[in-house]
Parts: sequence; structure tokens; C-alpha cells
Amino acid sequence: MNNFIAFRTLVIEEIRRFIRIWPQTLLPSVVTTALYFMIFGHLIGERFGDIDGVSYMDYIVPGVILMSVISNAYANVVASFYLRKFQRNIEELLVAPIANWVILLGYVCGGIARGMLVGIIVTATSLLFTDINVHHWGVTLTIYILTATLFSLAGFVNAIFANSFDDISTIPNFVLTPLTYLGGIFYSITMLPELWQQLSLANPILYMINAFRYGLIGVTDIKIEIAFLMTGGFTLFLTIFSLVLLHKGIGIKD
Amino acid sequence: MNALSLRNLTKTYRNGFTALRGIDLDIQQGDFFALLGPNGAGKSTAIGIISSLVNKTSGSVHVFGHDIDTHSAKVKSCIGLVPQEMNFNQFETVQNIVLNQAGYYGIPRHLAIASTEKCLKQMFLWDQRDMVSRRLSGGMKRRVMIARALVHSPQLLILDEPTAGVDIEIRRSLWEMMAQVNQQGTTIILTTHYLEEAESLCRNIAIINNGLIVEQSGMSELLAQVNKDYFVLDLAQPISALPKIEGYELELIGSKTLSALVNKEQSLNGLFQQLSMHHIDVLSLKNKTNRLEQLFMGLVSE
Repeated sequence: MNNFIAFRTLVIEEIRRFIRIWPQTLLPSVVTTALYFMIFGHLIGERFGDIDGVSYMDYIVPGVILMSVISNAYANVVASFYLRKFQRNIEELLVAPIANWVILLGYVCGGIARGMLVGIIVTATSLLFTDINVHHWGVTLTIYILTATLFSLAGFVNAIFANSFDDISTIPNFVLTPLTYLGGIFYSITMLPELWQQLSLANPILYMINAFRYGLIGVTDIKIEIAFLMTGGFTLFLTIFSLVLLHKGIGIKD
Repeated sequence: MNALSLRNLTKTYRNGFTALRGIDLDIQQGDFFALLGPNGAGKSTAIGIISSLVNKTSGSVHVFGHDIDTHSAKVKSCIGLVPQEMNFNQFETVQNIVLNQAGYYGIPRHLAIASTEKCLKQMFLWDQRDMVSRRLSGGMKRRVMIARALVHSPQLLILDEPTAGVDIEIRRSLWEMMAQVNQQGTTIILTTHYLEEAESLCRNIAIINNGLIVEQSGMSELLAQVNKDYFVLDLAQPISALPKIEGYELELIGSKTLSALVNKEQSLNGLFQQLSMHHIDVLSLKNKTNRLEQLFMGLVSE
């Protein structure tokens, strides 16, 4: 009961935080993705023709939606948890009788909430440019939630190790964004030379984008089972890693 | 029952600095206890370990009989902490800071709202409840942290330099609040650099220096060890030189002001008689002895 109340308090606090500053948290993704749809999908995409039997606009919609989910889930947790460390109000949690898994779950659910909310807004924006007939609701929703969870956890780990505001922007700028763009949002990896195809398989974001694309429009470069296995495996690993870090107090105690 | 028991508590930080070298401490339930020491003595490390902000290296901590290693949640539920430095969300309102803390302690919403209102009123912050915390004055911020620490009705309240940097008026109002909280049954541990604060509020005391407890006793027993009083005497007429008076340490600190160091066994009448013999009239005298400071300096400089 105590843990449930603490969890609810954390989640409400997190949601209130990103809603209160919505011009910084919700609006930018809508503007950016609308530009993607207009420039890549509409203006340039019309000259590309079809990929795997679908229009270029339809092909990029799943990746662009998932990109906004990834960046927002990650940004929410890394910024919020690091700010707690910076202001030292992480101590409010450490002195209270909250289990470590509740702290982790509270932050991850905050990240999922923002990632999914932005994803819904971006999906609504995409409807201005194209129609979406969901191919497989189960795959779509599962990978949508799993991706938001995975990148919320990644944001949490980043925040744990961060010692400055530079540290919370380095990973998103130099790791997350390149991996997202190279994860097949705008192209099929079958269009790449063999070597680059093999290298792309080492990018975890590739699996999520392809699974989500399969769920939305029925097109994928990767087997769905493998995509789920990879995404689930990474999520499990980061969950255990985060709990170990919390248990040892790394980055938050001493 | 002991509110707190520490046994052979040690802490060595990763950089090799040993902050605690094996301290033993017992604090009775209902006590108002002063934990004093110079900067870097180990007070904040000890408080950090008790309140789960710092991992200990070895030793044991029991709070109301609960072991911090095996019953961490129970220990945490018993403690309210007012830290030395501001550690709340600067962008949150006063009410939400306290209300959220109640939530972290698992207090149901309707009870948390009632408790928040009670604590904010007790700290005279109810009118500022909707104010964003960064806009508050220094004294108000201190009171927010006390209200937050009290919201779950802790049995043990730890105040780590709660009056640092606040003016004398706010300091005195905080003293009254602390005394009131203690009278309601809450055990209080106070660390402070204002020794008169510890002397007037606390019943028992421990002095920590270089990671060791160098003195632990009742406040009155400790103060009884002071064997000299320091008086300042205002004279009726100015004098140019000190008269020779046997047995008393005198010093001229102004043409019409004398200071006198008087041992416990000496009488003031004797001093006045000898002054009178030298035709020196005393208009008034003040006892300027800072007894705890005298003892403290003696203990930490040994």
C-alpha cells in the first residue's frame, strides 16, 4: 500500500512536470515531425516512388512516430532525474521508505507517459498528410510501449551517471540521434550495401522501428520475433542494471 | 527505550578520507540532543548514515530498535530530516513539496492533505502555500524543510544546522518551534554552530571531533565543569591603570570598563572589597561567560 501511494505520487509529479512546461516538452516534436512529413514525405518523397509496395510518406510515418517516442521518453527521465540530483531533492526519495523498484517504476512510467502522449500527438499530425490503417494492433501497441519503456530506462541510467548538464545532452546528441537516423526511419536496410546492412543489425533501434512499421503498415526488414526478442532483452537488461545502480547508490549517494 | 543507538560506526569515503572512526552513541526517546563538532568533524556524515543518505563502512545503526541494515523501511519511517542545505524542488509550490513528501512516506492522500495543512500552519507558512519555493526568503525555506520533515509525524527529528544563515528573529522563532515539537514527544537531534542554541535547547550533548566522540554527557553536568566565570564591570569613574588585586585576573578593556576572571570558589564580595579599597566604584556587572563555548574549544583543541 505504502509503495503504491509513493508510486502514484511520483508518477503524478512527473506527469504534472512535463504538462506544466508543455511548450518545451510536447510542442517541439510536433513541429519537427510536421516538417519531416512535409519535406521528406510530401515534397521529396513523391519523387522517390514506393518502397516495399507503399508510398514513401507511408513508409516513413512509423519511424518518425517512434523517433518522437524514443527521444521524449528518454529526455523526460534523464532531465527530471538529473534535475533531482542537481537540486539535491533526490534526498527526498532516499530518506523515505520507498523501495528502489518503485523509484525506478515511477520514473519509467513518467517517461512512458510523455513518450506515448507525444507519439499520439505526432500520429495525429501525420493524419494531416496520410491515412493510417493499422495492420496489427497487438504488435503496434506492444512495441510502442516497450520502446518507451526501454528508452525511459536508458534515460534513467544516463541520469544516474551524469555529473553535469553536459552529461545529459552528450548521449542524446552523439549516440541516440545518430542511431535513430541510422535505424531505418527513412530507408529500408535492403537499400544499403551488404556491409552496411550487417552493421545496421547491431543497431537496437532498427528492430523497434521495423516492428512498429510492421504493426502499422505490414512492412519490415526484420523478423518480428527477433525484433521483440531484442527489444525485450535490452529492456530486461536495463531494468536489472538500473536496480543494481540504485541498490548500490551509485551516482546518488556519498 | 533508545531512539538511536550507534555502535562502532565507521565511514571511509572512496577518496580515502575517514570521516568516522568508530563512534558509539545512545540517545534516549524524547531527548533533545545536541551533536556538536567543528566543520569536518563527522557530524553530517553520521547524520547522513542515520538518514540513509550515506552508506556506512562498518558498524551498526538502530533507530527505535530497528536495524538499518535489515529494517531500512521501518528506520526511514521513524526519521524526519532537516538537512543543512536546501534540497527541495525550487520550481514546486510550498504545499506540493510537503504533500509529495507525505506521498513518498505512503500517507494516503486525504491524511496527507490534512497533515500538510497542520505542518504548514505550525511553521506559519499556510499563507505562502501556493508560492513557488524559490521565491521564498531564507527563513521561510528553512521552515519549509522543517514542515516537510514533520509531515509524516516522525518519532526522531534530525536538524542539521537548521538556523544557519537566518537572522536572530527567525532563529528564535525556530527555537520555539523546535522546543514545541520536542514537548509533543518527538526526539530531536540538533547539530549547530550556535552553541548558545544548543545550551538553551538541549538536555544532552555529544561532541565529535576528527571522527570520534570526545565528550558525551548531560548538558548541565557538562556545564558544571566550567570553573571560571568571566565578568565585565562598569566603573563609576575612569581609571588610568589597573590596581594590584590579589587572586583575581583583571584586565582594563576601557577607561571605565574592567573584565574579571573569577574562579568558582572565589567570592565576588572579595573582589568588590579590594576594588573599594582602591576607591573604585562599580556601577554594574555582566556575566559574559559562554560556558559551552569554553568547554567546546577545550575539547576540540585537545
